[in-house]
Amino acid sequence: MAKKKGIKSPYSNSLLVPSATLYMILFFVPTILSLFFSLTRWTLQSWQFIGIDNFKLYFSEENLRIGFRNTIIYAVVTSGLKVIIALYLANFLSTKLRATGFMRSVMFFPTLVSTIGVGITFSILLDPYEGVVNHGIKIVAALVGKTTDGPGWLVDPNLLPILSVAFVDVWKGVGIATLIYIAGIAAIPRDYYEASSIDGASARQQFYKVTVPLVRPAMFSVIILSFVGGLRSFDLIWAMTGGGPGFISDVVASINYKQYTSGYYGLSTAGNVILFVFVTVLVFPLSRFLNKKEVVI
Amino acid sequence: MKIVRNSRFAKVLMLGLPAVLASAMLAPSAHAVTELTFQTWNSQDSRDKWDALTAAYMKANPDVHITVNYVPGGVEGDALVKSELASGTMTDVFAYNVGALMQAIDPVKNLVNLKNEPWMSTVNSGFIPSATGADGGIYAAPFGTAMGGGILYNKRIYAKLGLQVPLTWKAFMANNAIIKKAGIVPVISSWKDSWTAQLFVLGDHFNVAAAMPGFESKFTANKIVLTANPATMAGFAHLEEVRKAGYYNKDVASTTFAKALEKLALGQGAHYPMLSAGIDTIVANFPTKASDIGFFAQPGTNAKSNGATVWMPSGVYIAKTTKVLDAAKAFVAWTVSKDSFVVQNKVVPPSGPYFIKGAPVSGNLTAVFTDLYNYMQGKNTSYPALEFLTPVKGPNLSQICVEIGSGQKNAVQGAQAYQKDLQKQSQQLGLAGW
Repeated sequence: MAKKKGIKSPYSNSLLVPSATLYMILFFVPTILSLFFSLTRWTLQSWQFIGIDNFKLYFSEENLRIGFRNTIIYAVVTSGLKVIIALYLANFLSTKLRATGFMRSVMFFPTLVSTIGVGITFSILLDPYEGVVNHGIKIVAALVGKTTDGPGWLVDPNLLPILSVAFVDVWKGVGIATLIYIAGIAAIPRDYYEASSIDGASARQQFYKVTVPLVRPAMFSVIILSFVGGLRSFDLIWAMTGGGPGFISDVVASINYKQYTSGYYGLSTAGNVILFVFVTVLVFPLSRFLNKKEVVI
Repeated sequence: MKIVRNSRFAKVLMLGLPAVLASAMLAPSAHAVTELTFQTWNSQDSRDKWDALTAAYMKANPDVHITVNYVPGGVEGDALVKSELASGTMTDVFAYNVGALMQAIDPVKNLVNLKNEPWMSTVNSGFIPSATGADGGIYAAPFGTAMGGGILYNKRIYAKLGLQVPLTWKAFMANNAIIKKAGIVPVISSWKDSWTAQLFVLGDHFNVAAAMPGFESKFTANKIVLTANPATMAGFAHLEEVRKAGYYNKDVASTTFAKALEKLALGQGAHYPMLSAGIDTIVANFPTKASDIGFFAQPGTNAKSNGATVWMPSGVYIAKTTKVLDAAKAFVAWTVSKDSFVVQNKVVPPSGPYFIKGAPVSGNLTAVFTDLYNYMQGKNTSYPALEFLTPVKGPNLSQICVEIGSGQKNAVQGAQAYQKDLQKQSQQLGLAGW
């Protein structure tokens, strides 16, 4: 990407027109439009310019604090767990076992399933009284001589619903992260492993001293991708809890969606502009920080 | 692929050819078939009714073909209808709520005024205000029956425990205590479908209106503070009171609308704050239990002023963007004709009175129908729900009610949150005084 001054491209700039047109229509124009409409009271048919009233109103939203808190919790939990779990999974699936190919496919399978389908399935499995999970807990509890109803995974009026959804998100999304790690591990030259084993390193030492440091570029990709994904996550949460019970598992994206369904188009657009800024403010420094580390290595 | 094509071809031959031949023979002038599109909710009872109605209409009018588009209800459906209208892609005719939700789709701009249609004189005058736009035009034909918002109750449990239908909230809570002692859930609620949580608040409007005459105009003009009046607080307080007494079913947070009706029908619970139309689902799923279920108005503080809050039926609208206005008008006129009611009665016996004068009522009428009918016939024993008298309705009420019912908020905090919700919506609608 580095610009080389003085050397002119041998191709005419007119070759850029098709892609530049697509970029303008699909990205640039909508971004400008959404910035504009976030400053209006908008009914899709007509609009009225109201300055920053939408932003004021948005920040006075009572449940916004819950929304931002949940968004950050969700992003940190899903991203953190994916980064760690996927690393071990990838290491395991990079070893030459007989069924590695098969196991890789199985691990990747949840990623291919529809998110809404996964959400509905898990909300049935996690039903506090009729779900399989709590039935299992009851049986285990009975074996050790205790009685319990099990937790109200998705209906508890505390932090549990958003965490339950986050765990399902990890199950569903860990496949992509693992895939990135597997590619990263495959790119590590074999020489390091050979050299370290000649020096008498154990498998564990090889993992921590060779694999982990050298897989860092992949790890940074996983961190950024899953963190951004977590920050703007919506579909799984909506399918499993609808932001409820009450507003306890609302995230910023679901608050925006509810405003949209209420017909508050301008307000909802302002919310999305805020979400965009919020994601940028969190991810840009993170990305800069990680890139710097990469250079040091 | 080949098989599919063949079978489709065969179908066209089998269905299409005779139809073409028949229409050619019947109508020598052979005018073309008018294509009409229609949109409604995809719930089971809506599907059953509209499938039967459109089939009957097409049979009677072979020169019209109706394509029905089923869309989800709830907030998803609201968003869809609004965007379809805004983008000019709405079907020619569609069914949607009247009242505040109709005001939110801007009838004057988007819908065809039906005020001068010949059938308008047959519409029950009680329906008119909730279908009237800001310009005085009337935009909807009524579809379906009135609904009562109150308490569905299991009459078998009432008989067994020797209970009387309560005329005051105090008497209601006393009944609940006895029911709980008998080991039965006193109040079923179903927060998994959060819209069902609103009934204690919305179904209390008869009592609010009785205590505060002229409430609606003050409410619309933002002159009411919910927390300042015992009457406007009662609904929110009920949610909290029932929770504190431990009268809800213990799986209330994960119970759905359908599951709650099952509990009521099977006698696992005694009361379900709900719209009377809930009986339709019981008739469909537990036909033998339907006669066990009755309906009573949500009781207030005064036994002498006891009556039901009544929901209007939904409306049938014509979008301004239609290119077949005459065909659309003819279809709407037919939906309020005798023929249409005969078909509707056959699909499911009405759970409340229709809003067309002289509409025939037949079929196996339920006790819920009779209970609601008596409220609506009586003097000062019924009153429309608030959303049919004002455009002001906050979209977050259902979640707020769940918060109060589950103890995340107390009644006062809930009412305050709802007041803010109202303010936000009214500002968006550009109403004066907010």
